[in-house]
Amino acid sequence: MSILHTVNKSPFDRNSLEACVRLAAKGGSVLLIEDGVYGAMKGTSKSDMVTNAMKDLTFYVLGPDLKARGVDEGKLIDGVKVVDYSGFVNLTVENDKAQAWL
Amino acid sequence: MKFAIQVNEGPYNHEASVSALNFTKAALEAGHEIFRVFFYHDGVNNGTRFTSPPQDDINIANSWSALADKHGLDLVVCVAAAQRRGIVDQGEQERQGKDGNNIAPGFRISGLGQLIEAGIQSERLVVFGD
Amino acid sequence: MSEIKKFMYINRKAPYGTIYAWESLEVVLIGAAFEQDVSVAFVDDGVYQLCKGQDTTGLGIKNFSATYRALGDYDVNKLYVEKESLDARGLTLDDLMPLKYEDENDDYAEKDSIRVVSSKELAEIFDQQEVLFNF
Repeated sequence: MSILHTVNKSPFDRNSLEACVRLAAKGGSVLLIEDGVYGAMKGTSKSDMVTNAMKDLTFYVLGPDLKARGVDEGKLIDGVKVVDYSGFVNLTVENDKAQAWL
Repeated sequence: MKFAIQVNEGPYNHEASVSALNFTKAALEAGHEIFRVFFYHDGVNNGTRFTSPPQDDINIANSWSALADKHGLDLVVCVAAAQRRGIVDQGEQERQGKDGNNIAPGFRISGLGQLIEAGIQSERLVVFGD
Repeated sequence: MSEIKKFMYINRKAPYGTIYAWESLEVVLIGAAFEQDVSVAFVDDGVYQLCKGQDTTGLGIKNFSATYRALGDYDVNKLYVEKESLDARGLTLDDLMPLKYEDENDDYAEKDSIRVVSSKELAEIFDQQEVLFNF
């Protein structure tokens, strides 16, 4: 059993990403979408939280949301994978359910 | 695979409905079935045909209607949420004694049971919201 | 519909400031008629939904807190509250409404619907579900 967690809030604004990391079981996937993409950037006060969580969870970020916000892929935490909407769909298929941390 | 989509936010204020729209398109392109798109909370505001955004902006309600027309999508607006927010179809207009209706083509107003049923019948539920 | 799925409704938002808590509760009530294997989780500000002593008379809006007491009658009796969320907010079980149900498999003994669980336990409970509803 595995869950695709989606996080759509900036970690600097809300605790959605923190809650997701706290409550996501090992082996799950986390997809950062909308303002959630800011959580994928390295060198921030939240980067260590994500890097630590990557021991148990796989992190993805939605490319179109990154591009819309002018976030260069080179600024992403190493190991965070960029997917497009079709990749998003695939992630929902590969995991057996989805949890949106609204 | 059979998907259900839940949209909790209205168009424009939040990206949620655009994300849901793009996800739904991508799922259809990949050959998946969309069992139902359920609009709840302020998400019911996606279902009015009375929006007229500027020409250079996306018309989200029209985009849903066009997608429903092309793929036979079942776009369901929650009746309880719709009544609170003034989304009205012909039936609701008559029941509530309103002087008009504003439901967009391809949308229908129905009960919350439609969301539960979508959860039962679909293999995946994907929620977009605030 | 004979298929029974494990449904979980996840609440992370406080009542009144936004409508999510109330409209989410409406889904749980309607969903009860579908006889699925239902549980509800309260995490982060969602735990505030269950606090005692809610009184909206000064606002002039509906106080829906009493509705949580009805959940037991609808066979919605697995209400998981995350301990870490309570702790972070300086709350204990005593601050929450005493929500009960009658266990028909145990001579209708009155039991507590609220189960305080750790983050780790709740993560496992999430994993065991088939459909997760978010509001």
